[in-house]
Amino acid sequence: MATPNSLLWAVDIFGRVYTLSTAGQYWELCKDRQLEFKRVSAIKHCCWGIACDHQVYAYVFSSDVPIRYQEETYENQRWNPVGGFCEKLMPSDRWQWSDVSGLKHQQLDSFTLPSPHWEWESDWYVDENIGGEPTEKGGWTYAIDFPATYTKDKKWNSCVRRRRWIRYRRYKSRDTWAKITSHDDPNQLPDPFNDISIGGWEITDEPMGRLSVWVVSLQGRVWYREDVCHHNPEGSWWSLIATPGEAVQISCGPYDLLWATLWEGQAIVREGIDRNNPQGISWTIVEPPSSENGILHISVGVNVVWAVTKDRKVWFRRGVNSHNPCGTSWIEMVGEMMMVNVGLNDQVWGIGCEDRAVYFRQGVTPSELSGKTWKAIVSGRESDRSQTGSSTSLLSAGCFFSDDVREQMNLIVQSDADISSDTESPQIHPNLDDMPLSGAAAGVNGNSVGSQSAEVSANLAVDPLDSTPEEASPASDNGEKAGLEKPKSSADQDPHPAELQWTNIDLKEAHKKPLLAASTFPETSSLSSLGMFSVGVEEHYGADEHPLWAWVCGGGCLVDSHSLLKWFTLQSGLLSSVQSLSLSISPAQTAAWRKQIFQQLSERTKRELENFRHYEQAIEQSVWVKTGTLQWWRSWKPQKWTDVRVVLEQFTGNDGMRDSILFIYYMYHEEKKYIHVFLNEVTILVEVLNDAKHSFALYTPERTKQRWPIRLAAATEQEMHDWLALLSMSCCESRRIQGPPSHQAIWSVTCKGDVFVSEPSPELEAAPHLMPCDQMFWRQIGGHLRLIECNSHGIVWGIGYDHTAWVYTGGYGGGFIQGLASSADNIYMQSDVKCVYIYENQRWNPVTGYSNRGLPTDRYMWSDASGLQECTKVNTKPPSPQWSWVSDWYIDFNISGGTDREGWQYAADFPASYHGHKTMKDFVRRRRWARKCKIITHGPWLEVPPIALWDIAIIPSSSADKEESIALWAVSNKGDVLCRLGVTQQNPAGTSWLHVGTDQPFMSVSIGAFHQVWAVARDGSTFYRGSVSPKKPAGDCWYHIPSPPKQKLKQVSVGRTSMLAVDKNGNLWYRQGITPSYPQGSSWDHVSNNIRKVSVGPMDQVWVIADKVQGSHSLSCGTVCHRTGVQPLEPKGLSWDYGIGGGWEHITVRGNATEAPKAALHETSEEHAAKPTDLEDGENGGKGNHSKTTLMVNEGQALDRNSVNC
Amino acid sequence: MTDDKDVLRDVWFGRIPTCFMLYQDEITEREAEPYYLLLPRISYLTLVTDKVKKHFQKVMRQEDVTEIWFEYEGTPLKWHFPIGLLFDLHASNTALPWNITVHFKNFPEKDLLHCPSKDVIEAHFMACVKEADALKHKSQVINEMQKKDHKQLWMGLQNDKFDQFWAINRKLMEYPPEDSGFRYIPFRIYQVTTERPFIQKLFRPVAANGQLNTLGDLLKEVCPAAITPEDGEKKNQVMVHGIEPMLETPIQWLSEHMSYPDNFLHISIIPQPTD
Repeated sequence: MATPNSLLWAVDIFGRVYTLSTAGQYWELCKDRQLEFKRVSAIKHCCWGIACDHQVYAYVFSSDVPIRYQEETYENQRWNPVGGFCEKLMPSDRWQWSDVSGLKHQQLDSFTLPSPHWEWESDWYVDENIGGEPTEKGGWTYAIDFPATYTKDKKWNSCVRRRRWIRYRRYKSRDTWAKITSHDDPNQLPDPFNDISIGGWEITDEPMGRLSVWVVSLQGRVWYREDVCHHNPEGSWWSLIATPGEAVQISCGPYDLLWATLWEGQAIVREGIDRNNPQGISWTIVEPPSSENGILHISVGVNVVWAVTKDRKVWFRRGVNSHNPCGTSWIEMVGEMMMVNVGLNDQVWGIGCEDRAVYFRQGVTPSELSGKTWKAIVSGRESDRSQTGSSTSLLSAGCFFSDDVREQMNLIVQSDADISSDTESPQIHPNLDDMPLSGAAAGVNGNSVGSQSAEVSANLAVDPLDSTPEEASPASDNGEKAGLEKPKSSADQDPHPAELQWTNIDLKEAHKKPLLAASTFPETSSLSSLGMFSVGVEEHYGADEHPLWAWVCGGGCLVDSHSLLKWFTLQSGLLSSVQSLSLSISPAQTAAWRKQIFQQLSERTKRELENFRHYEQAIEQSVWVKTGTLQWWRSWKPQKWTDVRVVLEQFTGNDGMRDSILFIYYMYHEEKKYIHVFLNEVTILVEVLNDAKHSFALYTPERTKQRWPIRLAAATEQEMHDWLALLSMSCCESRRIQGPPSHQAIWSVTCKGDVFVSEPSPELEAAPHLMPCDQMFWRQIGGHLRLIECNSHGIVWGIGYDHTAWVYTGGYGGGFIQGLASSADNIYMQSDVKCVYIYENQRWNPVTGYSNRGLPTDRYMWSDASGLQECTKVNTKPPSPQWSWVSDWYIDFNISGGTDREGWQYAADFPASYHGHKTMKDFVRRRRWARKCKIITHGPWLEVPPIALWDIAIIPSSSADKEESIALWAVSNKGDVLCRLGVTQQNPAGTSWLHVGTDQPFMSVSIGAFHQVWAVARDGSTFYRGSVSPKKPAGDCWYHIPSPPKQKLKQVSVGRTSMLAVDKNGNLWYRQGITPSYPQGSSWDHVSNNIRKVSVGPMDQVWVIADKVQGSHSLSCGTVCHRTGVQPLEPKGLSWDYGIGGGWEHITVRGNATEAPKAALHETSEEHAAKPTDLEDGENGGKGNHSKTTLMVNEGQALDRNSVNC
Repeated sequence: MTDDKDVLRDVWFGRIPTCFMLYQDEITEREAEPYYLLLPRISYLTLVTDKVKKHFQKVMRQEDVTEIWFEYEGTPLKWHFPIGLLFDLHASNTALPWNITVHFKNFPEKDLLHCPSKDVIEAHFMACVKEADALKHKSQVINEMQKKDHKQLWMGLQNDKFDQFWAINRKLMEYPPEDSGFRYIPFRIYQVTTERPFIQKLFRPVAANGQLNTLGDLLKEVCPAAITPEDGEKKNQVMVHGIEPMLETPIQWLSEHMSYPDNFLHISIIPQPTD
């Protein structure tokens, strides 16, 4: 599946940290192996842990995007008649160096790095940008006095000035355990830590990335780490949180659930955790399931709590949710566990009490949170790979309980201890001395005396706890108890292995298997190949089979019901090579048997048909008909859905060409009538999502002009998809379109996330025979995307609504297009998440203040954004049956205008502009509620993890060399500008991101054919990137370009030489005066208004999404439009030609390098070869030639003019 | 690159050039001209030979026209076997066109089933499809289909409509993503050398160890004699649709792509020709 890999973390009894990928089948040792750990708590992008030195460490995964923090300070100056502007300020003035408010003195050298894990990116420099506009050199902004409004222009009355200095620091300790140092008062320092849990990242929205880090100290106190967020991964200091008793262990869910266990065996639940108060307010005590067996361990998710009591029984808490964090009652689950851990999607892992194996709870779904069964993860460690790889039978995980292998268990101890001391001792942390020692001691002990293995392992597991100074501390006591119980219970269980009915471990078999396995695989000897021991084969079997685990954490492990995990069977070596998914051809396709079948079939056809084509066919071709009953949105008033009979007739012409007609029979004044559509005239079939109907629209060029499609609805989604699939196949057949889209294809996306593609005809850009763009035929490609970008080498990338980046695999079909119209390969599962919003509206009245009792004229108290439609939490449904809710309703604070602490926005009346604080004049308020929903579909897309994107740009055309890398730029959803390395035709996904530093977050980027990179920041500033070339893919520096007067740009697109931009008011601007020596250009020319998005192609053709287009019957918003009359000497073109519309969000023509027919002769690249057309005949031929030759001449000029990089 | 979908088309549009000749002992009024036709490999003889019947009727006395039957080199041809199978089994490695003798007299009751109408063929065809789905999906897919879907399968075959047929048939070729294939592979293995009409057994597409079973694995289990021993001389050809897939071919893939419209993999084992 195309879902990105995520990691399950675990610690073995020796304190070594391992990870297991959801796509992998081996436990891999953590990259930073210098430390041993007691506890780890992981989320997707980082992991916190307590090492055996009782210090807290944070392991932040490396990423192509750095963690950087901007420090700023202001330099202030006052004018005096003698020296002009100078450092001498008046006594009442602020400091010469201050913060933005002027209240705090901060000199440049007062800034220090917060910890050894940071480094400065560069020295201090002056920011020459004020509110999106570049300032004069020096970056000064002027005002009459402090504090006042600053402008970039110096006026006669400018008496003071200031400028902003900035400097970035960068977090450098990534992919390594970074010790969390404490700057607190030494007397206030927490005592050694005993447990840690991280979570709470769902409480606030990205890009803040706030994280709750909770720890429990050995003295039973609970601490909260302040200010841990994306740009401060270490946090700032520890705050003590009072508890009603001595805490032992703590667990923090992804959202607002937080439970801890007390020494007395109760659990405490934190209440009042929310966005404004992530620490929560108070504790509530929850009693354990039974008084004699207190709670030992607890783990929470979003809506679940799991617990382990002192008798190792596992409990599930019923009725837990955000409103009732305490839940209602305990339910006993089958199984006995050392600990359990709840991860993402409320999935559960545990460590078996008997065998110390990691178990996964199977069958946990939102509707069945307690799951079905425990299943042992039998994945071997990476170091054992050569061994497990060669075994093909399913080996029992519980095998080490049998008598046969008891001896070998000692070997596992010794060998593992030896490995750790051999490979790691030079780097062992001084504090950890006792850890490897005890490990080694146990190993020796085990080896020489041959004591029971389970005992050894149990002792080792509690070792780190025993070595703590406080003998009486609850945790170490606990640990000792665990240590005492452990050997007993395993001894008890040993003779009766079959009693363990709760796992898949087949202990009976375990007695037989070792010998069998050993004799079956005599070649397995990886350990001895390491030169450690010369041991028998039998011993090996036991030695590598089963690591013993102490801790597991699934907080960063994304598993859902669709995941196909390879953890539960030992795969053979052959299969493991298939696990990595890539765009390259899978082995099955290159297999000899497959080739042979293709070859033989074509030989057979030749043999049996070649000389006999004149024979008569046994079956005559005839008309084929599909009929059905649909509903039709009738075209006369009053418009309503009307039952109609629909007949699709397919017939084969004399030329073997298939064509089809769709008849729609309806009743008009009790008279039977029909309309018919030739499917070869249909330009698009598009699903129209509607909560009441499964409907789709059918356009022809005529109906595109009218903005009035034929709309049909089916009774069920399945029926609609059957019709859509059949109709679209017939349309493609009649136009002889099959297989994947060409490299020149024009892609577009609707506001519903549907992806369409159109094959450009050469006439599309060839004035004066211009093909109107309402004649373009669009076919759907599976998948759900927000935007899509491509180039003429077939590199296509898309971004989903959840900002996931996707790369096109070269397939076609997917979605509802199944079977024959879909490619068999290159279609993968794709998912997307978006929010549904509703508004809670309130009016103020003098008696009760704000209440949900409005005026009779008011909008609904729960409504959509317009207020016209009532939308309550209960009646609002996901956009279509394909979507399902994945969250509960939550208040959305990310809304333009800002909100107060409870998410309210205020205004004088509905509807008005809202602001985030209450004033005297405000009588109404509203707040936005959001709920996430998810779609799962299929399409020719593969995810490009892990960085979430906002915008993409691909160089429109460059050399056709398959090996050569293709420039691809992107903006992350946090606003980082990125440059993709290693993108080639062979590997369109590229290899890694190169971060391009900026002083503020960005929102749009584009790259032209000659590596001209333009970008727009979120504050509307426009930048040109200097010196970008294939050799220097990231360029050297940004040039700030003034925006069009009084406008803030939001999107840019650069073609061959043309650069166009769209501002926030919907104006389209052309950059004038771009020359090779001055690639930034000189001024902005207004082209048009009413524009949402622009795409400039490799021939400088201009296409846009227009905001509103009036048709003869209706108005359509979001319409594909083509600028006509664009020529080298007229780059702004003349007028607009209107294409498909009504909800179109995005178009990219950057793959279409299909020149006018004549020009094709001059193209060397095969992609550019245009189909021959009969353009030449008729009187227009002369004119056409004329215009084409001018085009050619000017192209030459254009090339010269733009040799920016030469 | 060639797509697996193309295999389906190649299989569907396989044609055997055939020459029909009236049996010499049939009494005719005039001399009967041979009749040449391209027979679809995936169809049934009695389904596609209306033209043949009409052709020979013209030269015969009306009272002599009874049920038509076909024979090749002395072997009566079973109409309820797909044409491609009949050809592979009896006539592969012979010169084309395929010479079929047309009979009206002396219906070989012990060798052939009567075929009074197309409904009989339809019933036989649907019975096979259902049997195949019982093996593949415990009949779940075929039972979930509507009557009209069943009809569409049959009409697709009868009228040689690839798209019409496959629009429905693809559902029969699906399997849950968590499985690696069907429950059992519907197959039949035919040998001319034995008395048994065919071999049919339960066979899973995936072995117990998770490996995909191949054509070779299938033969090893149900018809070991067909396999050429390591160092031995190749004695047999294993044929499907006129080709010899490699023994390494996964049986699941074969079942999905090279089954006949009745959803069975009809495999012929014939002696290797000696040149």
